[in-house]
Amino acid sequence: MAEVALRKTQDAAARPRHWRVVASDWASDQTAFKNVSWGKAMMWIFLLSDTFVFSIFLLSYMTVRMSTTQTWPNPSQVFALHIGGQDIPLILIAIMTFVLITSSGTMAMAVNYGYRRDRKKTAVLMLVTAALGATFVGMQAFEWTKLIMEGVRPWGNPWGAPQFGSSFFMITGFHGTHVTFGVIFLLIIARKVWRGDFDTGRAGFFTSRRGRYEIVEIMGLYWHFVDLVWVFIFAFFYLW
Amino acid sequence: MGDVLIGRGDAIPPAEVVDVELYHPHSWITKYVFSQDAKVIALQYSLTALAIGLVALVLSWLMRLQLGFPGVFSFIDPSQYLQYITMHGMIMVIYLLTALFLGGFGNYLIPLMVGARDMVFPYVNMLSYWVYLLAVLVLVASFFVPGGPTGAGWTLYPPQAILPGTPGHEWGIILMLVSLIIFIIGFTMGGLNYVVTVLQARTRGMTLMRMPLTVWGIFTATVLALLAFPALFVACVMMLFDRVLGTSFFIPALVSMGEQLKYGGGSPILFQHLFWFFGHPEVYIVALPAFGIVSDLIATHARRNIFGYRMMVWAIVAIGALSFVVWAHHMYVSGMNPWFGFFFATTTLVIAVPTAIKVYNWVLTLWRGDIHLTVPMLFALAFIVTFVNGGLTGLFLGNVVVDVPLSDTMFVVAHFHMVMGVAPILVIFGAIYHWYPKITGRMWNEALAKFHFWITFLGAYAIFFPMHYLGLLGMPRRYHDIGQTSFIPESAHTLNAFISIVALIVGVAQMVFLFNMFWSLRHGRKADGNPWRATTLEWQTPETPPGHGNWGKELPVVYRWAYDYNVPGADQDFIPQNQPPTPRPA
Repeated sequence: MAEVALRKTQDAAARPRHWRVVASDWASDQTAFKNVSWGKAMMWIFLLSDTFVFSIFLLSYMTVRMSTTQTWPNPSQVFALHIGGQDIPLILIAIMTFVLITSSGTMAMAVNYGYRRDRKKTAVLMLVTAALGATFVGMQAFEWTKLIMEGVRPWGNPWGAPQFGSSFFMITGFHGTHVTFGVIFLLIIARKVWRGDFDTGRAGFFTSRRGRYEIVEIMGLYWHFVDLVWVFIFAFFYLW
Repeated sequence: MGDVLIGRGDAIPPAEVVDVELYHPHSWITKYVFSQDAKVIALQYSLTALAIGLVALVLSWLMRLQLGFPGVFSFIDPSQYLQYITMHGMIMVIYLLTALFLGGFGNYLIPLMVGARDMVFPYVNMLSYWVYLLAVLVLVASFFVPGGPTGAGWTLYPPQAILPGTPGHEWGIILMLVSLIIFIIGFTMGGLNYVVTVLQARTRGMTLMRMPLTVWGIFTATVLALLAFPALFVACVMMLFDRVLGTSFFIPALVSMGEQLKYGGGSPILFQHLFWFFGHPEVYIVALPAFGIVSDLIATHARRNIFGYRMMVWAIVAIGALSFVVWAHHMYVSGMNPWFGFFFATTTLVIAVPTAIKVYNWVLTLWRGDIHLTVPMLFALAFIVTFVNGGLTGLFLGNVVVDVPLSDTMFVVAHFHMVMGVAPILVIFGAIYHWYPKITGRMWNEALAKFHFWITFLGAYAIFFPMHYLGLLGMPRRYHDIGQTSFIPESAHTLNAFISIVALIVGVAQMVFLFNMFWSLRHGRKADGNPWRATTLEWQTPETPPGHGNWGKELPVVYRWAYDYNVPGADQDFIPQNQPPTPRPA
């Protein structure tokens, strides 16, 4: 990075000042973000767009929560599990959150081993991440089933505002879909890592392009994003 | 212009990005159908967009027949009229203009203009087109389902969009929402490609501030689209649930036909906010590529460097940023807090500043230029006039107190057709005429092209100027038949008939355009690689039309900005961007 920067700004006398430096760095030759690959840049921009999607989902949920005339069900009671003779509020969500955050940790380790060219450890850690993600989705399915058994539907529920069920199924469903896609891509990439595609330069089935270990990191960006979104859903839907 | 040499005559910088290997097609199908070449994808996008655009054109004829001669065409009943309006608007804005500017021109011009071999991810780019085609097919399918397409107006406001009483509430609205969702998914795949190609895949010497304004316009519009479409996406998902699952995101408690509906507690205003959070940037998603393209047309055909390039770039970026904070000026009559109206009126009028900078700069580029009245230039000039017209009526509608009486009248119809209908379409025509020789290697028939221009330009004014007047009289929009109303004089009906006749003539003139495009494909005069003697990279390709990979063996190297026209002391009146500087005498 430093070398690139030096090369670009060798003409120090003509170097612009202050915020203009930022503008001219961005506008510099060939690439706006130095040493950032196409795939990584694309993932970041996609995540920015996806951030807007989730933000608007959450804002819409807050709006209908204000506009509805009926009382909002108490999430602590709705999402409580009856364990050992007493209701423990949010216990399932707590475990789900723990699982998902843990998967972020294993993902980060996979990225690390990927850059060390440690095929086996990378693949195994990605599989562990995928397993944790699948566990999360499984627990979400359990939670959905439980609520549906108790009579919660997108169009109504026994405790109050029908928007509760609508928002719940829509937002957790959309997030769960993201996790599911993440699991699928984790499995695909783990297989490629395991097989050594990125060492042998095997061409991709669809794109006929050679992949690189960096794809593990790009996958990681997506996975951490999905985890981060969950934190906001947890805060705004379950804790509020 | 000081910014001519790289590092003041130093050696050209080394390549930062490795030249990736391209996908090489093995068969006719992978070359022309499931093609990963941005140029082929661009043509697929353009032809699909023009085809669906023709449907919207025919719908506008039907609307004009009804408005001009109410009662004569008995097959157009009120429901159908509303369906025509809705589909005309949605097709024109999303499936024609957005797809053509970004999917069509974006795909063709971005890699060529920044000196790339292709988009960064050609496979995803290909998927983008096929998903777009699916969206179009779902949209077209809605014409054939029971109840027909939705007639909710292109804004699809709930609750009426999904409730009985609105045509197409059975299937039409579902297909419309599904089609929009598919479109957004497809667009995102393409849009990510355009943005990353501009940011990370430029050739050596192509700094951002040397890019032609066309690329700037398309790039900024794509960024807007990537941030604005999410709002429409979420709104469509929620309305789909309201319609299919019976949720109440947007529907308040309602009594319909004496019966209490099952809905309750939703917020219809929420939809309007989401829709216009997308809808206003959408105006600039269409306008910014037009701004960019028209800048290049004017510079090339007036043989002058664009006036104030740097300001032009900042104006594009500023307009893009401001477009996200003006959306509620579409909702002055929706029942908002007046303070919001005040805020949004202010931000709306602020947009006039960067926009005026652009208009002044276009005019100053023309000032004492060597103006060649070629067909692309005629369209560019027509755009400036039309855009100023539409912009000025925007000042009326941007102010709350003036907007309230004008809202929902033909004045609004006239305004937005001038500013985001006619103006961008004039640029599209100009751009097609401008780049046609590069795309096909042939020139079009000049007489037919000029005929097409004058009919379209004068016709557009004959259609939309009188509409301002009708709007001031109070003639409402979206009415199937205004009947005998005391405040609308008989002369207004005559004017309506006049507009309809002109609209039909202009519509038929577009067939001349289509004929010209297809006829010239075979019979046009052969064009050389750079018929307009333009500076930008796409005219410097080794082959015309550009081959697979665009550049042959060596990528071009850029030494100067895109507007070196009539440089004092130069041999020719233009210097291509990739022409090395002559060594200075020691």
